[in-house]
Amino acid sequence: MSEFLSDQGINAALKVRNLDFYYGDFKGLKSVSMDIAEKKVTAFIGPSGCGKSTLLRTFNRMYDLYPGQRAEGEIIFHGSNTLDKGYDLNLLRARVGMVFQKPTPFPMSIYENIAFGVRLYENLSRADMDNRVQWALEQAALWTEVKDKLHQSGLSLSGGQQQRLCIARGVAVKPDVLLLDEPTSALDPISTAKIEELVFELKSTYTIAIVTHNMQQAARVSDYTAYMYLGELMEFGVTDELFMKPKRKETEDYITGRFG
Amino acid sequence: MDARYQRRKFVNGLSTALSGLAVTIGVAGLVWILATLFIKGLPAMNWAFFTESTPAPGSEGGGMANAIVGSLLIVGLTTVVSTPIGILAGIYLAEFGDRSKVASVTRFVTDIMLSAPSIVIGLFVYALFVTTTKHFSGWTGSVALSLIAVPVVVRTTENMLKLVPGSLREAAFALGMPRWRVSLDVCLRAVQGGVITGVLLAVARIAGETAPLLFTALNNQFFTWNMNEPMANLPVTIFNFAMSPYENWQNLAWGASALIAILVLLLNVLARVVFQSRSKS
Repeated sequence: MSEFLSDQGINAALKVRNLDFYYGDFKGLKSVSMDIAEKKVTAFIGPSGCGKSTLLRTFNRMYDLYPGQRAEGEIIFHGSNTLDKGYDLNLLRARVGMVFQKPTPFPMSIYENIAFGVRLYENLSRADMDNRVQWALEQAALWTEVKDKLHQSGLSLSGGQQQRLCIARGVAVKPDVLLLDEPTSALDPISTAKIEELVFELKSTYTIAIVTHNMQQAARVSDYTAYMYLGELMEFGVTDELFMKPKRKETEDYITGRFG
Repeated sequence: MDARYQRRKFVNGLSTALSGLAVTIGVAGLVWILATLFIKGLPAMNWAFFTESTPAPGSEGGGMANAIVGSLLIVGLTTVVSTPIGILAGIYLAEFGDRSKVASVTRFVTDIMLSAPSIVIGLFVYALFVTTTKHFSGWTGSVALSLIAVPVVVRTTENMLKLVPGSLREAAFALGMPRWRVSLDVCLRAVQGGVITGVLLAVARIAGETAPLLFTALNNQFFTWNMNEPMANLPVTIFNFAMSPYENWQNLAWGASALIAILVLLLNVLARVVFQSRSKS
């Protein structure tokens, strides 16, 4: 299978090779190999429990927080394997940001929510920090809504605004890759549309990997789509092709709603 | 159908009545105690009560100034010492130790300390510090009270931190935040209202403890700021004065009791206010 995107002259931000993942004795991912294209949106779809979130959480090694979970194989990021023992996790997570299913603003002001992450890695002057916060909020299409209440608690925002605040927080540290784990599943349609627009805007600057339960969403926002089932990568390809003429029967059944 | 409905209505009425009765009994007891305290205690709280020291046996006048200051010093020192220890230990248990051996032993010991009779703690500190320094002192009182306060703070801090949703913790880690900052700046901040409440309740708990002070701070007839001397304090003074045959002393004991009750009440109200305002923000 020389079907990796990187073999077709496409730059890969992450190269996944023979990745196995274990929850204790249970095997959550079975020999997954694929490339995440740089500055493109890659969507992961599949029924619940298929391993798409698990795969996403190996990209920033979020699973490391939980004893008993481990990954084997390779995930190449900037030339080195992030699964290596000595790999600096804090640095990895600063460069591979993540936004979660439920909005998770920190218990501090809107301004601080964004400045906090930036301060971990950069020493900015007051004015530079103000600019960075504004820039991040503009990137997340939230600036006009919050510019007059930057010092109110982040928890005072609506759910959709909180989620965009979390995206702004992730963007503010200028990562290479943004992982979105079902970012709109807790939001109303209007907020969902805003976030989808945002994903579209952001891909000019960032590599984005998004897990979604919503097939239309995957079709709308992504360039590449991966269909997963029972821990295996069943099919991966350009989104339009995968949705128009899937190569495998299982994929077709899932995207047409006959299964899953 | 109708019979079943009637029966349900009857059971509902009966349980409402029984609950109401239970509440009435509970509240009546509380009101009775508070009313007695205030009726007998408030008249004793005059100017001299707050400015003069405890009178000699059988003499008139005097006040509780030495005991009030002594209690404030002992409880104050206890709070200053046991708050950081308790909060840090709670953070360790919830965030770092988790399932480790050290953590489970600490948790077990904390639980025992929570239910340990306070007189045992008093005797322990007496044997350890008072007999070796060969005199009673205010600071040994603080040591004894700290042994009571620390477990309370440890437990509330740990329990509050356990309430922090995993998603918030993950979000902090996902930014590349080092572990100690996740604990202090995100998790602890998310539950600060609850932690402060825990500290205030611990203070309220130790403010009225008598037994640990009987063996440590003991008592002092005179006013002192020196915590290396035996020190007057409200609970022990109440104990001594209430048991005495002198009417003046008995009145002062009532006043002091009312004072403690008011202080503890205020601390509890403060704890509620803090918890509500902090958990909203």
